[in-house]
Amino acid sequence: MKTPITLKINGEEHSFEVEPRTLLVHLIREQANMTGTHIGCDTSSCGACTLLIDGKSAKSCTILAVQANGKEITTVEGLATAEGVHPIQEGFKENHGLHCGFCTPGMMLRAIELLEKNPDPTEEEIRWGISGNLCRCTGYNNIVKAIQYAGAKMRGDELPSTEPVFVE
Amino acid sequence: MIPSSFSYTAPSTLDEALKVLNELGDEAKILAGGHSLIPMMKLRFAEPEHLVDLNNIPGLSYINIEDGTLNIGAMTRESEMEESGDVQQHFPIFLDAAKLIADPQVRNFGTIGGNIAHGDAANDHPAVMIALGAEVEITGTGGKRTVGIDDFFYGFYATAVEDGEILTEIRVPVPSGKFGNAYHKTERKVGDYATGGVAVQIELDDSGTCTRAGIGLTNVNPTPLRATRSEEALVGTKVTAAEIEAAGQMAAEDCNPSDDLRGDADYKRRVIKALTKRMITKALERANS
Ligand SMILES: Cc1cc2nc3c(=O)[nH]c(=O)nc-3n(C[C@H](O)[C@H](O)[C@H](O)COP(=O)(O)OP(=O)(O)OC[C@H]3O[C@@H](n4cnc5c(N)ncnc54)[C@H](O)[C@@H]3O)c2cc1C
Ligand code: FES
Ligand code: FES
Repeated sequence: MKTPITLKINGEEHSFEVEPRTLLVHLIREQANMTGTHIGCDTSSCGACTLLIDGKSAKSCTILAVQANGKEITTVEGLATAEGVHPIQEGFKENHGLHCGFCTPGMMLRAIELLEKNPDPTEEEIRWGISGNLCRCTGYNNIVKAIQYAGAKMRGDELPSTEPVFVE
Repeated sequence: MIPSSFSYTAPSTLDEALKVLNELGDEAKILAGGHSLIPMMKLRFAEPEHLVDLNNIPGLSYINIEDGTLNIGAMTRESEMEESGDVQQHFPIFLDAAKLIADPQVRNFGTIGGNIAHGDAANDHPAVMIALGAEVEITGTGGKRTVGIDDFFYGFYATAVEDGEILTEIRVPVPSGKFGNAYHKTERKVGDYATGGVAVQIELDDSGTCTRAGIGLTNVNPTPLRATRSEEALVGTKVTAAEIEAAGQMAAEDCNPSDDLRGDADYKRRVIKALTKRMITKALERANS
């Protein structure tokens, strides 16, 4: 039997009919047609499916769509505004924080919650804060720089250098 | 992977939830954070016919200290424990554990009540609650009852919570004298369950003599285990190196680990010995600081 649910996705109200067993990630990708939220592992390990539910980062492959009824969801599609891209997107772009880009939406949404709770995190706090997100390409260094850059931008501080770091 | 079909209700009061659970009996499962249950349903290890979601019931999520007891509402999230001042001040053991439980996204959802009610010896809160000497409040249609943590875990995925009942609160006594606590586990990578884990609380009188020791072990027995002999080896002593060594050795002898992908039983016993010694030392340092 299908259950009617209403949720706000990126500021807009949406109504759906879902089976209770539908996972939130499938609702977002297949019914709301927002395919920026990825499925990597499907076992709550990789973080590719991360989105924000009422501002909290969540792995949407382990949450039922019915549980999101009445909640506000932010996906990567909701980050840019008419004024331009979100500071976290700018950070990833300026610092080459992605290669294939598969992990990037989840990384950015997780980083947004991290920066909201801790606006000026140390490198260690950033690495710890994204410990639920796997990237198989970048080696993480540029992701850390991207998040540091976004933090500085959101605080209104001077932006850190985006010169590449060469590891001996 | 998609779970098999079930019906879903999200009652808005505890009474309503209890009524539904009693009508549905053993065909229903409670849904808290869902981060243990939904993975099991996806793998079809669990196929409940009904899910009763507690997330819409207000008043089940809180942390406070009243009359010498730390009260934790069953639906309190792991991340809320990390942010609580009361926890940071008196029970850094929960911060030790939270850091080792899964990852930030999972901790935003997983609940303390669910972690215990799941009845899995691989979870980290059971051993912590054993060390702290917690009590669990269980609510049914007939009212509330309280179960000590030593009578809570029955077997694999089996606890004192019966069909039609809800775990509503966990109560941790705040000792009146000096005390310190600590937890650590070894894991293969971030987010993994424990190869072995040890939770310790040490309570001291003014002369520095140990008046109570609580030691709980993670994932080295079919159920979460209290290291009783190790505790007894510390009580009444000044907890010197000799007693710490003996307690570590006893914990290693008394646990029952199995060989699996995380290591063989002999290795796990050595992990338990090393961790028991380290956690007693750390709890002692915290008690004295
Ligand atoms: C990738 C990953 C890694 C993890 N790593 C760890 C780890 O290292 N250590 C660790 O301890 N945990 C770990 N977990 C488990 C996580 O902490 C779970 O969230 C937690 O164990 C269960 O809490 P929950 O609220 O999600 O419970 P749920 O999944 O909702 O429920 C679990 C069980 O308890 C029952 N239940 C829940 N609440 C109640 C209640 N109030 N009354 C009665 N019954 C109830 C449910 O019916 C179900 O049977 C991990 C999870 C994931 C996905
Ligand atoms: S797809 Fe959800 S965590 Fe990997
Ligand atoms: S950029 Fe390819 S997985 Fe991260």
